[in-house]
Formats: sequence, structure tokens, C-alpha cells
Amino acid sequence: MLETMSSQEINTMPRGAYPVQVPEKMEVLGLNVSYGTKQALFDINLGFRPNKVTAMIGPSGCGKSTLIRCLNRMHELVPDAKVEGKVLLDGQDIYGPDMDPADVRRRVGMVFQKPNPFPNMSVADNVVAGLKLAGTKDRGHLDGVAKKYLERVHLWDEVKEDTKRSGASLSGGQQQRLCIARALAIEPEVVLMDEPCSALDPTATARIEQLITSLKENYTVIIVTHNMQQAARIADYTAFMYLGKLIEYDETTKLFENPREDLTERYITGKFG
Amino acid sequence: MKTRRRLVNRIFLSLCVVALLAAVVPLVSIIVDVASKGIGAMNLDFFTQLPPLACTQPPCPEGGLGNAIQGTVYVVALSSLIGLPIGLFSGVYVSEYGRASRFGYLMRFLGDVLAGIPSIVTGVLIYTIIVLTTDSFSIIAGAVALGTMMIPIMSNTTAEALKAVPNSIREASLALGTRKWRTSLLVIANAKKSIATGSLLAVARITGETAPLILTMGISVLWFGGFTVPVASLTYFIYYFATSPFQNWQNLAWGAALFLMVIVLGINMGVRLVTRGKRVYA
Repeated sequence: MLETMSSQEINTMPRGAYPVQVPEKMEVLGLNVSYGTKQALFDINLGFRPNKVTAMIGPSGCGKSTLIRCLNRMHELVPDAKVEGKVLLDGQDIYGPDMDPADVRRRVGMVFQKPNPFPNMSVADNVVAGLKLAGTKDRGHLDGVAKKYLERVHLWDEVKEDTKRSGASLSGGQQQRLCIARALAIEPEVVLMDEPCSALDPTATARIEQLITSLKENYTVIIVTHNMQQAARIADYTAFMYLGKLIEYDETTKLFENPREDLTERYITGKFG
Repeated sequence: MKTRRRLVNRIFLSLCVVALLAAVVPLVSIIVDVASKGIGAMNLDFFTQLPPLACTQPPCPEGGLGNAIQGTVYVVALSSLIGLPIGLFSGVYVSEYGRASRFGYLMRFLGDVLAGIPSIVTGVLIYTIIVLTTDSFSIIAGAVALGTMMIPIMSNTTAEALKAVPNSIREASLALGTRKWRTSLLVIANAKKSIATGSLLAVARITGETAPLILTMGISVLWFGGFTVPVASLTYFIYYFATSPFQNWQNLAWGAALFLMVIVLGINMGVRLVTRGKRVYA
């Protein structure tokens, strides 16, 4: 049935009114995104609660990665990407005329799908790369920050013998934790994660999931995943997207146990996707 | 059927071998010829003495090409000062800033076109711009000509080297709130080996240039005498001495050819040895 639905029909389906009334950490208002002539997101509206984990799920190509990249203006790296609408961070539009993308990205950090430590930097230097690239030179301070965040991601015990070795010499899971430490070291308020476990084995995935759950104490976490079980395990809120539209957005337990939309139910029960 | 297939196979293989020999034999014979005839001129005088007078009757003064070696080193160094930085930055622009823009595309296209311009055309251009207006051949004109030739070479190799750096590094850096220019420096640092390699190859490439120097730097039998007077160079002396009827000049031309060949081949092979089997971006 889904295959035969026109985008018009999907467009007229009730959109997930976001379920919370407290001030949002981030808020997306009427967001339309296109690459050239191809529209990737259609009138997205949702809010992200502070100190919660929000997951975005949906089949490949549904726009979840585009959406998360709009939250720190990383999609601007794609030539001819166009954005309409607003993305508020503490009520301030990050696309406003006075906003510098670099400042936005310091407040909204990002972890990528494939672990991407800087290959020409040591483990310790990778953690403080954001500070060093911004001009911090005080070695003692940098070493302290490196240790603090390596401990924060539970990597310190595994690398403390030799923090001078290359970041690329670590295992995949360690590299991803290193990248999380690197994102945290610039002290962001929001941490975006774009399928952070999709390149990792189950053990490494479990460690990262644990870490994500502990992160919400200090950060607002927004994660894209194509793994519904992962969303169910770690997210407080879940948004289901399909063909560039937000279909449903609710508390994770409600969305998985009692979805309002037929489309959502069909997706989470594995009927498509 | 089977014999026919085998026959076709043999013919094809023989053609390939013949073509290979046709490529290798002249190359080897050049090297052997230059080495055997040039080795005789290789002595201390060759590096330290000025060129001798033309000699029609023995005993002939041998002299050397010390001033030409000096001039070539100076002009290559000067043109590298002009060509390498400009080429580097234009390569950075092409790879890091101009990838999506029309101007970037134009720059890339121009880079390819410039790299293909015959060196003598560059020489004539600089001749009309600098030599005619200053009324003198000079190392400045020579360096501008060779530097102009280096720009597209350096720009293209830099752009290629930077493009080989994975995008994930740019993303990682930008996502940390790093400024675009600082991110570009990081990308350059990640490609520094390839860029160093490219610079050396560009230097090797222009060290053997003759035509532009004939038109811009001129020739001199004296030691380097300033930036606004003609200066000696190995390549011009090879051309000048090799086409002369005098035995002692011809000997020096062979020596200069050998020396130049060793330098240029040395750079090329050295670079290849150092970078062999390595992924050069990291």
C-alpha cells in the first residue's frame, strides 16, 4: 500500500505535533531543504527537549541525515543545498544573518557515521583538536582536557599507556569513542550523532549506547539511526521520518508500543523499510 | 583452432615487446651516450671554472661551467619562490574553495591549459613584457618565465593531493567549529608529503627548460653579476656549446648534459623511491 501512496497523500497525513510543552533546546520550524531541484525535506516541525536523547528513524533516503546536518549547518558543505525555515537553538535562529556557522558548530557538536579521527594526530591531540584548531596552545591545559574527556568516554584506561600513538591505530569502537571525546571537548550544548554505531560490532555498539545514555546528564543528544532497536533502547523521544517528511514524533515508548500512524506501525513492525 | 589462437597471441605479444624495445632502446642509448661522453668533462674544474675561449688548435684550455651551475641554481631557486607559493595557493583554491563554483571550474580548466602551453611561448611572452621593457636579459625575467611555468604544474599537483585527502577530515574539522581557512591548513598538513613530492617534481621539470631562458635570461661567461643583467645557465650552455664547432666547448656541453641529467633523474627517482608503495596522503 505504501509503495502506491503518492507524496501528496503522505503530505496530508497528520504531522507529529511534538509532545512536550517545556522550552525546547532546539526547535525546527517549517524546514524545507533541497539539493538543486530535488527536495529532501518537506515542512519539518519538531522540537528537541534538553537533556534527553531524541532518535530519528526511518528508511534510507527518508531525510533523517539531512535533518540532523541542518541542526549544525553541516549540510552547507554540499554544493547547491538550500534551506528555508528556521532552526532555533535556545530560541535563536542558527540561520539568522548574524550567525556564524563555526559558532553554531561549537555549540552543536557532531559525531559521524564512520569514525574519523585525524590520522596525523595522536590520541591526545585528537581529543583536543577542536581547541588546538581554535588556537589554544597551553600544553598543560590541553593535556588535562584530553584526560578528562578520554575518561568521560571510558577510553582513558585503554590508551593511558601511550596517548601519543596515532588516533588511527585504535580499533573502530575506540576510534568512535575518541571522536565522541573530541566532540565533547569543545563543550557543546547539543551532541548530534549520525548513525554512530553503524560501522561497529555489537560489543562496541553496546559501549557507545551506554555512553550516549550517560551523556544526556550534561547534553541534549540527537541521534540518527536506522536501527529501531537502538532507538528503543536509548532514546527518550523518537521521530519517524519517511520520504522527507516527519510522520510521527512522540515519546519512544508510545511511538513503538502504540503508534498513531499506520505508516509508523508498518515500519516498526518491519513491513517495509 | 588452437594453433591459430596461439599464433595470434604470439603476434600480439611480439608487437608489445617490439614497442617496448622501441621505447627503451633510445632511452638507454641516450643515458649511456651522455654518460660515456660527459664523464670525461667531470672534474673539479667543471664545477669551479668559467667557460674557456673557443679553441681551434691544441693545446686547448678546458675551463668549466661553474657560472652556469651557479646561474641554474639561482634561477631555479628564484622561480620556485615565485611559482611554488602561487601554485600552492591556487591549488588550495581549486580543491578547497572552488569545487562547486563556476570560477573554480574556470581556474581548473585554465590550470590544464596553462600546463600545456609550449615553454617557448611563455618565453616569448616574458620577453616582450620584461626583456623589451627593461632593455636587458635578466635572471628576473628568467625566473618569472620559469615561475610562470611552475604555477600550473604546482597548482594541479596540489589540487590532486588535497582531493586525495578524505572528506571526513574536512567534516571532522568543520564540525568542531573550526574556521574554513584553518580547516584548509589541516587538510594541507594531511597532504604535505604529496605536496612536497609535487614541488620537487615541478622543480625537476623546470630545471631542464632551455627555450624560455634563451629568450629571457640570456647567457653570460661571467659569474652571477646581479638581478638585471644576463646570467649563465646549464641548459643554454648545452645548446650554445653543443652546436659549436669547438672540441673543448662540445666536451663541456656533454659534461653539462650529464650533470643536468643526473640532477633531474636523481630528483625524480629519489622522490619515487621515498614515496614508493605508500599512500601518500597521510
